[in-house]
Amino acid sequence: MDLIADFAGILLGGLAAGTVLFIVSVGLSVTMGLMGFVNLAHGAFAMFGGYVIVLAMNRAHVGFIAALALGFVATAALSVILERSLYRRLYRAGELDQVLFTIGLVFVFIAATILIVGPESQTLQLPPALGGQLNLGFTQYRTYSVFLIGVGFAIALGIWLGFERTRIGAQIRATVDNRRMAESLGINVDRLFTITFAFGSGMAGVGGGLGAEFLGLDPQYALKYLVYFLIVVSVGGLGSVIGVYYAALLLGVLDFVLKLYLPQGGTMFIYALTILLLLWRPQGLFGRKEL
Amino acid sequence: MSDAARSAAPAAIAPRLDHPAARVLMRRHHLRWWEALPWLAAMVFYFAFPDYLGFGTELLIAILFALSLDLALGYAGIVTLGHAAFFGAGAYAVGMLAFYGIWTEPITSLSLAAATAAVIGLLSGLVLLRTGGLTLLMLTLCTMALLEEAANMARAYTGGFDGLPSLPIAPVFGVFEFNPLYANTQYLYTLGALLICFAFVRTLIYSPFGQSLTGIRENLLRMHAVGSPVRRRLVVCYTISAALAGVAGGLWAQTNAYVNLSVLDLDRSATVLIILILGGHGRLYGAFVGAVVYLALEHFLAQIYPTAWQLGLGILLVLIALFARNGILGLGETLWRRYGTRLDGS
Repeated sequence: MDLIADFAGILLGGLAAGTVLFIVSVGLSVTMGLMGFVNLAHGAFAMFGGYVIVLAMNRAHVGFIAALALGFVATAALSVILERSLYRRLYRAGELDQVLFTIGLVFVFIAATILIVGPESQTLQLPPALGGQLNLGFTQYRTYSVFLIGVGFAIALGIWLGFERTRIGAQIRATVDNRRMAESLGINVDRLFTITFAFGSGMAGVGGGLGAEFLGLDPQYALKYLVYFLIVVSVGGLGSVIGVYYAALLLGVLDFVLKLYLPQGGTMFIYALTILLLLWRPQGLFGRKEL
Repeated sequence: MSDAARSAAPAAIAPRLDHPAARVLMRRHHLRWWEALPWLAAMVFYFAFPDYLGFGTELLIAILFALSLDLALGYAGIVTLGHAAFFGAGAYAVGMLAFYGIWTEPITSLSLAAATAAVIGLLSGLVLLRTGGLTLLMLTLCTMALLEEAANMARAYTGGFDGLPSLPIAPVFGVFEFNPLYANTQYLYTLGALLICFAFVRTLIYSPFGQSLTGIRENLLRMHAVGSPVRRRLVVCYTISAALAGVAGGLWAQTNAYVNLSVLDLDRSATVLIILILGGHGRLYGAFVGAVVYLALEHFLAQIYPTAWQLGLGILLVLIALFARNGILGLGETLWRRYGTRLDGS
């Protein structure tokens, strides 16, 4: 194997993993930026969506794209119900209560998944069109990874345009910057938050499904990758789509390289880098607001 | 100053000492009779349930660990998700010293465990306690994960994922041996360590230092305004809390005679947080109540119905966060007050 193919393989694998991290974490970043709510149950939403997508495909034989749409809608609907009934009561509470509440929620999700579906891990059957290898000219690589990178870029672009060019995007940016001022200007922050929470959770659900192929999908998913989602959000900066995109891709590539060359404890460097970065810039790489 | 003013000053203060609030304040650090109950209960447990002393030892260690967190989180308001870092540091200090035959005497080993954890607490506290809120939460979490991965990476010294098995621990005072089948020595030894640490924490809480910690938790700006050295107080408190967590970790390694990566993981940090909040944080005895309730439930339910246990625990945490923010003790206090006022009224 030549050097370029090697390098491209590592880069593409890392970017694909980073793309999944981005799709899952972007909602968390925006909702944390808006409300300052420490939502440790975000990974549980990703898990829920992943299960809906995988089960819809494996048991009900729904098509891949339709299953992704179903996962988005189901996760968004569930998150709205939870937000309206429970989350709402804790917006003014301290971080400690929010941490406790969302950890409790994660336990409920994990136990419910074991009770309803079972403790075994689920496998995603990719549609044949995405199964094989793709010739990129300079190297051969898995079609699915290339597909993921493309989808992630499209989503990042879409969300960024939505943020910068639409009315609701402007309202979100205004509220992240200064919530009180935004409220006094007549922006309905409650409604805005419900919408972004639903959208963000829906995206997490889609991410859970898209990533199931190589991150795996079992009831412990809700906790297993939580630290990574939090790192992406805090490194990227709260409420910054671009920041989360760069942070996720960076983390994906770094993690891929370290797992390859330093399988024993190589992730240590990721934590060390995160600590240094947060000490240097507590607001993250692209954030305008302190965490 | 005139004579009249000089004699008026004590006269103005003297009657206030009779004020009910003044009496409560002056006596609040006094020992009350019910404070003997936990220790009596521990001794009753020793004689009544000789078969459950292993479980009892685990319980006492959990109390000490939760107590150490209470100092940082309950009193100083430092919200951390990485307290297992110090528990693990203490456990690995004891474990590595014993495994390589460098030092096996238990009591001095515990002091070394405390010192190791304190150094890590001091170094990380100096850097991390500049931040607050979510950043602090992330930084403590990452510090713990960093230590866990470091322990995993240095497998030549720490045994990596498998840990260090069958640690040789010398007898306590050169006489009482740790017997893996009968945990009598382990139980009494842990109880003694807990009593000493508890007496220390209790004294600390009611000292001016302890009072200033509560002040920092309740109103940071005001403490800055009155000239309290806030950052230094927080770092010292964090270091002491780390040292106590290190003692708990050292006890864990000694009484189990092994150490592995589980002493450093997120699970342990989350569990101790849950125990403390369940019992009630910032109230000294919350650690006791929380640990007893949590471990008793876990011990008897988790083995038989692991999934239902997790579901029940999850629902319990959600309910506590929504309705009982001061834990079981806080709930009891509210009920007691309501009941008490009704008695007064009738």
